[in-house]
Amino acid sequence: MPSTAESALGDRLVELTTSLRDHGIRVGTSEVADAARIATALGLDDRIRLRGGVAAAMLRRAGDREVFDRLFDLYFPAAPGRRTVARAESVDELRDQLVQALADNDAQGLEDLAAAAVDLLGEVANGDEQQGYSSAQTISRLQPQRAIAAARQQSRGARGEHSGSGQGGEQLSDRFDREEMRARVAAFRRRIEAEALRRNTQVRSRERVARFGVGSGIEQRDFLSAGTKDLDELRRHIDPLARKLAARMSARRAAGRGEIDVRRTLRRSLSTGGVPIDPAYRERRRHRPDLIVLADLSGSVGAFSTFTMLLMQALHAQFRKVRAYGFVSSTAEITDVLKDAEPGAPLGIWARRTREFTAHGTSSSYGTAFRGFVRSEWESIGPRSTVLILGDARTNYGDPGVAHVAAIAARARHVAWLNPEPARMWDTGDSVAAAYGAIVDMHECRNLDQLRAFVARVLPV
Amino acid sequence: MTTPHPALAGVDQALQSLADVGYLASDEIATTVYLAEALGKPLLVEGPAGVGKTELAKAVSRAIGADLIRLQCYEGVDEARALYEWNHAAQLLRITAERDSHEHAWQDVKSDIFGEEFLLPRPLLAAIRSEERVVLLIDELDKADEEMEGLLLEILSDFQVTVPELGTVTARHRPFVVLTSNATRELSEALRRRCLFLHIDYPDPQLEARIVGLQAPGLDDTLTQTLVRIVGALRAGSLRKPPSVAETLDWAHTLVALGTKELDPALVRSTLGVILKHQDDIRVATSTLDLDRALDG
Repeated sequence: MPSTAESALGDRLVELTTSLRDHGIRVGTSEVADAARIATALGLDDRIRLRGGVAAAMLRRAGDREVFDRLFDLYFPAAPGRRTVARAESVDELRDQLVQALADNDAQGLEDLAAAAVDLLGEVANGDEQQGYSSAQTISRLQPQRAIAAARQQSRGARGEHSGSGQGGEQLSDRFDREEMRARVAAFRRRIEAEALRRNTQVRSRERVARFGVGSGIEQRDFLSAGTKDLDELRRHIDPLARKLAARMSARRAAGRGEIDVRRTLRRSLSTGGVPIDPAYRERRRHRPDLIVLADLSGSVGAFSTFTMLLMQALHAQFRKVRAYGFVSSTAEITDVLKDAEPGAPLGIWARRTREFTAHGTSSSYGTAFRGFVRSEWESIGPRSTVLILGDARTNYGDPGVAHVAAIAARARHVAWLNPEPARMWDTGDSVAAAYGAIVDMHECRNLDQLRAFVARVLPV
Repeated sequence: MTTPHPALAGVDQALQSLADVGYLASDEIATTVYLAEALGKPLLVEGPAGVGKTELAKAVSRAIGADLIRLQCYEGVDEARALYEWNHAAQLLRITAERDSHEHAWQDVKSDIFGEEFLLPRPLLAAIRSEERVVLLIDELDKADEEMEGLLLEILSDFQVTVPELGTVTARHRPFVVLTSNATRELSEALRRRCLFLHIDYPDPQLEARIVGLQAPGLDDTLTQTLVRIVGALRAGSLRKPPSVAETLDWAHTLVALGTKELDPALVRSTLGVILKHQDDIRVATSTLDLDRALDG
């Protein structure tokens, strides 16, 4: 019979698992069992090791780690209640300490300061006599980014760089230490968020905090709401997906390689008295797909265009032949633009200012855009082409040009449409998703999970 | 739970043993290695190229004094390359020899030619049948086709393989299995479920500086710090292929070879090719670090 401590641990792990599942991370029963064995093997003394160990058992993807860490902190808190190791009476004092800790890159100091900051600045009364802590309020009152300049100054002074050279000669490191400090401040903000969450579990139920207080991981985050902060992370995830897409699309080339065609071998062997001297191999089917991407760059999908850009750039590196077109109210080729642009540069604003895209106004017009595409680029579509359309199918009540899409679908090998809107919004207002959906495969693609599913299952090989 | 090798009998021991054989592991890496050993589960390691995934397997093999058997995966690697093959040429010779001597009946020959003598064990079977304990490294599994994963499932969960002609071969000593992947392809859930998962990311600056210190001892401390900070700054930016630990070390070796005392923009610029492998990246780095401008003062 398990002791009470063990069963308490088991309960905690199960609660953590439930929370993880709520956040879209699939954890199986055997993983929970493994996690329990791990917790027994490691002991509960070293939280950080325990966290790493449980993560090794429960997680499958590096992208889930951030959400896991936050939830783990809720269910296995460092210490209950208030921690006030660093003491500060005022915001100024707190900021001074922050400057010092940032300059020294003192991890423990920053951790303590985050706790002190939430303690001093984060308390909010929600009206319904429940008290809570807000990380947003803490951050807006403390404004940790204001410590960056001073911390840079201080860390240079500490290294003796400027005093050494006398008149403040420039060092190579001056050119990137601002970015370093920014990264440290960003980490400090995450600590504040974690601390506020942890405290909120003292006053509200853990389940509630876990459900509403912990954001989704990058896998579930909406493309439409992705900020520039997520860009690099998004790109890191999209690149391998594009590679995979390319691998799947050219998979036919490898299939059937070197297989002996028995029928033809036997037929040939007739000339040598039935001895199969000259084996016949199955012919390899040549399959070199080309990809045509047609992307809506109008304002309604403005944030989506960043994702579009990332995806197109990633595909560009993977396929031998990719042609990309953008449209607002008219269509123009942007293959070369993609090649030269910064990774993930927002295309939307640029497109709305460029005449080639806005011949018929600055709001999207699918009808004229498709008509233009079919007219001028008809030759670029062939029986080996896969056409990928990215857009929300919102026509501003104009002509949707369904016939043109049908013509493209009839000519190309495959047409797929990725729609960044939730499927429940389709066909509301000016969305004509169903009309297009009747002709081509339309997929909801709002986050990495859905993109991954699209790449893995939906696309034909 | 199996009895762990003394060198990996705890997190601290694992840290120490790996350090002793020249692999400075983060706390998390050591924890997971210890757990893989204690639970007897395979270890699936993912992470960017060049952060030391393959190195980790080699280090474990040195730390526990076991041979390393490596299966390098590639597109089209199959059962014959991974598991076993029959030595057809030798089998034919045997049949020919037997036919001339007439000593054995056909039945005997038939059972003989599918015996041990003509079996060519490939890495997986070799690891299972080994008399000594081994470390089995299945490298870049994401490069192999999906059928390969199916083949691995039996090995990874039960440490046994079934050869139709020989029956089921069970491992005498459970090998320490490391699988690595660069995530070019999504591995199947069934495979992932059988493994402990470890994501190795770029090390933190302190650890990276220690790694440089260990691998490129000729470099002085201040220079090492600067080097690691520049690499860190480049990783934070948006490059197609951010520099990994392997590239940091290459750079350190280069600077040692050049007899560098101090880094200045001109030198960084001229050696940037050591750590960045795309022309675009070099351009981006040159502008972020403003390398075309000389230092004043």
